[in-house]
Amino acid sequence: MELDKLPKPEEMQIDLTPPESGWMDTPVNMRDGTYSYPAAAKNLKILDMPNPREWSVTADDWKLPQNWQEIILEGFKERLEKYRSFKLFMDICVRCGACADKCHFFIGSGDPKNMPVLRAELLRSVYRKNFSTLGRMLGRFSGSRELTLPVLKEWFYYFFQCTECRRCSVYCPYGIDTAEVTMIGRELLNLVGLNINWVIEPVANCFRTGNHLGIPPHGLIDMWEFMVDDIEDITGIKVDLPVNKKGAEILFVTPSGDYFADPGTYTCMGYLMLFHELGLDYTWSTYASEGGNFGLFTSHEMIKRLNAKIYAEAKRLGVKWIIGGECGHMWRVMHQYMETMNGPADFLEEPVSPITGTKFENSKQTKMVHITEFTSDLIRNGKLKLDPSRNDRFRVTYHDSCNPARAAGLMEEPRYVLRNVVNNFFEMPENSIREHTYCCGGGAGLGNDENLDMRMRGGFPRANAVRHVRDKHDVNRLICMCAIDRATLTALMHYWAPDVEVGGIHELLANALIMEGEHERKLDLRGEPFSGEEEDEDV
Amino acid sequence: MSQTLEHLLLKKRSAILKRWLDLIFDTYPADGRSFFASRRNRIANPVGGAIVDGVDKLFDWLMQGEKSDVRDICVFLDNIVRIRAVQEFSASHSIGFVFFLKHAIRETLDSELRKEQLHEDLLTFESKIDSLALLAFDNYSQCREQLHQIRAAEIRNRTSRLLERACQKYGMPSEW
Repeated sequence: MELDKLPKPEEMQIDLTPPESGWMDTPVNMRDGTYSYPAAAKNLKILDMPNPREWSVTADDWKLPQNWQEIILEGFKERLEKYRSFKLFMDICVRCGACADKCHFFIGSGDPKNMPVLRAELLRSVYRKNFSTLGRMLGRFSGSRELTLPVLKEWFYYFFQCTECRRCSVYCPYGIDTAEVTMIGRELLNLVGLNINWVIEPVANCFRTGNHLGIPPHGLIDMWEFMVDDIEDITGIKVDLPVNKKGAEILFVTPSGDYFADPGTYTCMGYLMLFHELGLDYTWSTYASEGGNFGLFTSHEMIKRLNAKIYAEAKRLGVKWIIGGECGHMWRVMHQYMETMNGPADFLEEPVSPITGTKFENSKQTKMVHITEFTSDLIRNGKLKLDPSRNDRFRVTYHDSCNPARAAGLMEEPRYVLRNVVNNFFEMPENSIREHTYCCGGGAGLGNDENLDMRMRGGFPRANAVRHVRDKHDVNRLICMCAIDRATLTALMHYWAPDVEVGGIHELLANALIMEGEHERKLDLRGEPFSGEEEDEDV
Repeated sequence: MSQTLEHLLLKKRSAILKRWLDLIFDTYPADGRSFFASRRNRIANPVGGAIVDGVDKLFDWLMQGEKSDVRDICVFLDNIVRIRAVQEFSASHSIGFVFFLKHAIRETLDSELRKEQLHEDLLTFESKIDSLALLAFDNYSQCREQLHQIRAAEIRNRTSRLLERACQKYGMPSEW
């Protein structure tokens, strides 16, 4: 056989190189696994939102109103006038590129439109065409373009491919917050009925029944009682379950995701055990039964509508202040929007821990304290009996959830609690934690199952950092402080690091908590034996 | 003095690997390509890191000849295939990167292969690349299967406690 008869390299090569077209000329590819399903008409009707209808993302016809361009441009104009920050973000980007390689979706996919600068450019190009004289004059040369149907489809694809995690904004020298650009982008899409069901259904449920899954009050109480039973099996103690208790000192609000889905349920059991042990005068509420607020992923008006129940319930029950559970975006809403939107909370008192006497001065305005602030203060003042060796089976790392870390600066308290309840704690590399933390890839309503490929791409930088500490320190438990994380990181670890389990801070705290009158505890909250005990029994 | 294919492959190792990497990175859009190819910290550029490490190990494994054990290479192959299985590629595009090595070798060693008449050795070596591609195909299928399992588990887990409680309350079997 002669070598000359073998195919030449160019003959055997199948061309896998993508076409080199500019970003404006590269249409979106609505590939299964990378987009979310549209909002169901019934949910839009519940919320009085525009253009309720059944439609499909992959269809050519999105059943838009005839004058959809006019509606969007009018909405654009209104928001430019209303939000000074938005106007600024449209004008001041100098394309320095500092943000370009900071988005987890870009890092995982290499898709240029996932670079924050280009994601914002999707709006800026239309802004220049319609609201900037220079842009109008120079046309495409200035990076401006018409608002056409392909452009609108691009908006839908990429604004529902941003988790509003704000990592890019940490690096922007001008402080441009791309999450806010995405928020406005989504608001504009909402005006013509382009929304995703994973956002709008929880919003509609929340609006009707107070929580994302639409569980009525008796269903909630049933779930909490279920946890009380499980706790009794594990500890021998029947913990208190105060619900809708008028005159209680504290109202407790937490994301409802932790009521129904493992592993969030174990964190929820942890709260019940801690509050019982303290003898805290507090209450759960079947009305303010949801800490999460998917209004944040819909519009500013929707944030306000859904958030209103928190202060309303605090007022109705006559509590003095509020504690919030382990949460992500909930804390951004409570910390940054609640008081402005639904305050002033002048009927509440400045939060003071009844156990330690500590004044939470940082919460003077909102009257709401994060549970890790509350618990770390208890530990600091020696009010809890803890046996961290019960968690020795776990080699733990901590994922900073985007919103508490970047939007609210809550970085030390969770670590302080963890260091006191486990003996084996390992940080992930510096450029992946604290304000540099990588998103789970499923926040801002993108944590649905149909969007799984995209979640795995976007979550890869986080998973890669977890694999780093797994390989270096044998880490087997990833702790986070957010109900969405507990759900999405579980899937992420299943794919990228199957030997790492996901859990919450108060699950580990409750494992370590020595309770008054508990029987000899052999099992953790998941019903699994504490380290070593199984072997001892066999001897 | 005549040279064996093995000698040539080892002598031109870095040029072959560079070409192989270029061909793999060329499957991404321009901005993604330059980012993945950049030598950033592995935490900041995990995709590029996995591909650079991976091709290095895959090449060494192929060079081991008879002694090579499939288990030695599965981790590194998986590190690349697992990423490409969720990126914007079809199945053939996802694992097609393995065949790029043939291209890289023929292109880099073109004149030497002709001069030394090493075509039969090359075919033997290329058969091994074909085996690697089959391993990659298995790996890819496992990844996609796993994604389906994750989807099913997510849907089930979302309301698992609720169903468990309902079953308990109404005397139905709790396993489902």
